[in-house]
Amino acid sequence: MIAVEHLTKEFGRTVAVRDVSFHADDGEAIGLLGPNGSGKTTVMRTLAGYFPPTAGRVSVDGIDVGRDALRARQRVGYLPENAVWYPDMRVRQFLEFCADVRGLRGAARRACLTAALDGCGLADVQQRLIGHLSKGYRQRVGIAQAVLHEPAVLILDEPTVGLDPRQVVEIRQLIRELRGRTTVLLSTHILSEVSSVCDRVVIINRGRVVAENSAAALALEQQRGERTLLRVDGPAAPVAAALRALPGVERVEVEPGGAGAACLTVTTTRGEPKPGTLAATIVARGWALLELRPLSLSLEDLYVRLVTPSDDPPAA
Amino acid sequence: MSFLALLRKELRAYFVSPLVYVVAAVFYALTGFFFYTQLVYFVQYGFGLNILGNFWVAFLAGAPYSVSMVLLLVVPLLTMRLLAEERKLGTIELLLTYPLRDGTIVAAKFAACTVILALLLAGTLAYPAFLAASQPVPWQPILASYLGLLLLGVSFTACGLFVSSLTESQVVAAVGTLGLLLLLWAVSWNEAATTPAVLRAAARLAMFDHFEPFAKGVVDAGDLAYFVAVSAFFAFLTLRVLEARHWWGRR
Repeated sequence: MIAVEHLTKEFGRTVAVRDVSFHADDGEAIGLLGPNGSGKTTVMRTLAGYFPPTAGRVSVDGIDVGRDALRARQRVGYLPENAVWYPDMRVRQFLEFCADVRGLRGAARRACLTAALDGCGLADVQQRLIGHLSKGYRQRVGIAQAVLHEPAVLILDEPTVGLDPRQVVEIRQLIRELRGRTTVLLSTHILSEVSSVCDRVVIINRGRVVAENSAAALALEQQRGERTLLRVDGPAAPVAAALRALPGVERVEVEPGGAGAACLTVTTTRGEPKPGTLAATIVARGWALLELRPLSLSLEDLYVRLVTPSDDPPAA
Repeated sequence: MSFLALLRKELRAYFVSPLVYVVAAVFYALTGFFFYTQLVYFVQYGFGLNILGNFWVAFLAGAPYSVSMVLLLVVPLLTMRLLAEERKLGTIELLLTYPLRDGTIVAAKFAACTVILALLLAGTLAYPAFLAASQPVPWQPILASYLGLLLLGVSFTACGLFVSSLTESQVVAAVGTLGLLLLLWAVSWNEAATTPAVLRAAARLAMFDHFEPFAKGVVDAGDLAYFVAVSAFFAFLTLRVLEARHWWGRR
C-alpha cells in the first residue's frame, strides 16, 4: 500500500513537487506519468526513503517514510533511474550482497536469491560480470535487486528507458507478472507503457498532479483520438470538400506530400463520423482509399484534454 | 550483519581492481628505495651518534624521504573511489534506499580502506625484520611509530573519504585529497611567514607535528586524541555531505 498525502518537496528555492496526493491499494499497479523534469523521480525517491518530504506525509505499507525511513525501506524495493550496478561484480554476487545488506539469511536468503534469479530470467547469466551484460539484462538485474526481499511495495523509476523494443516488451511482461503480488509504482513518460502495465494512472506535471484516472479510461481516451489521417488516390480539393460535407467533421486539412495521393487530416468531434463512414464516403465517390489511420494523442494533447474542464470529466 | 556485508563488498572492490596492486607496488618501491638510501646515508654520515635510532625516526617519520610521506601520496589513491564511484554509477541511491544508516555506509568504507592501509603498513615491517638479522633494532619506538603511522593513515583516509563524497570524479577526489593533505602537512613549515601565535596554532593543526612524537617512541594521549578528533571530524563532514541530499536536489 502506498499513501502520498499533500507531499511537497523543496530544494532550496526550487519546488520539485507541490501538494501531491495519491494512493495505491495492495496489489495495485500505479503509473506515474509525466514529462521529464515533472517531479516523478522526486516523488519516487521520497517514497523509497531517499530523502524526507519537506511537507506532507508519505507512507508505504502503513509506515511513515519521513519518520521511520529504515523500517519503511525494508518494505520497499526500488529501482533508481539510470543507475549502473557495480560493473565488476557478478550478477549472483551482487544479489547476494543485496540480500546480506537487507539482512536475509539461511534458507530464506537462498530461496529469495533463486526466486529473483529465476523470476527475472537471470539464472543463465548469474556468473557473468554485470559490466558485460546488455542493457536489458542490466535492467533485469536492477529489478531482481528490487524484488529480492519480496517487498510490499515496488518502485520502478523509468524501468524501460533506453531499452530496445524487444527488451521493453520483456521488462513489461516481467512487471505484469509482479503486479498483484506487490503494489507497484512505475514512472514513465510513455503512454502505452502505462496502459499495458498499470491499473491506474497519476499524471503529474511541473510538480503537481494534473489528473488521476484508470488506465483503461486513459487508453480509451488516447484511442478515441479525434484526428484521423486519410490517404486517398484522388484530387485533394474535391476529396476535402466531400469530407467537410459530412456531419460532425470539424476541420479537414490537406497535408503536403503524399506521393501522388491526397493526404488529409480530418478532425471530428465526439467520435462522429466513425472511420467507417469516412471510408465509405471516399469509396462511394470512386476514389481509392490507400490509408486510414487514427492519430493517437500525444502526451501533451492528453494533458490538455484531461485538465480542460469543458471535456467530459475523467472517471476517477 | 549489513556492516559486514558492506565491508566485504568494499574490500572485494579493492582487490578486483588493479589499482590497489599498483599502489602497493609504488608504495613498496618508494619505501624500499628510501630504506636503502637513508640507511646508507646514516651509516656513512651518522657521526657515530645513535645511528640506528636516528635512522628509524628519519625513515618512518622524517619527511620527505619517509614512509609517512609515501603514505600521504598513496592514501588519496585508495580513498578516491570510495564515494565518488558510487555517485558516478548511481549506486549511492541504491545504498541510501536500503535499510542502512548513512553512518553504517560511511563506517564500512572507512573500515575497508583502513584494512588496506594496515596491510600496506604491515608489509613494511619487513624492513626492521631485515635489519634485525644483523643489528639490534629498537622495537619499542618502532612499534610506537607504526601505531602513529596507522593513526596518521586513518586520518588521511577520513580526509580522503570526505573529499570523495563531494564529487563523482575519482580524479578530482584524488587531487583534492592530495592538496588538502599536503596543506595540512605544510601548514606549520614556514616560521617567517607567520607570527609565533599563528605558528603555534598551525603546529597544533599540522598532522605530522602530532605524528613525530610517536616516531620517537612517545605515545602521548594528546596526539592520540588529535588523530581521533581529525578522523571523527572528517567522518562527521562526510555524513553531512551525504545528508545534503535532503535539501539539495542532486544525486
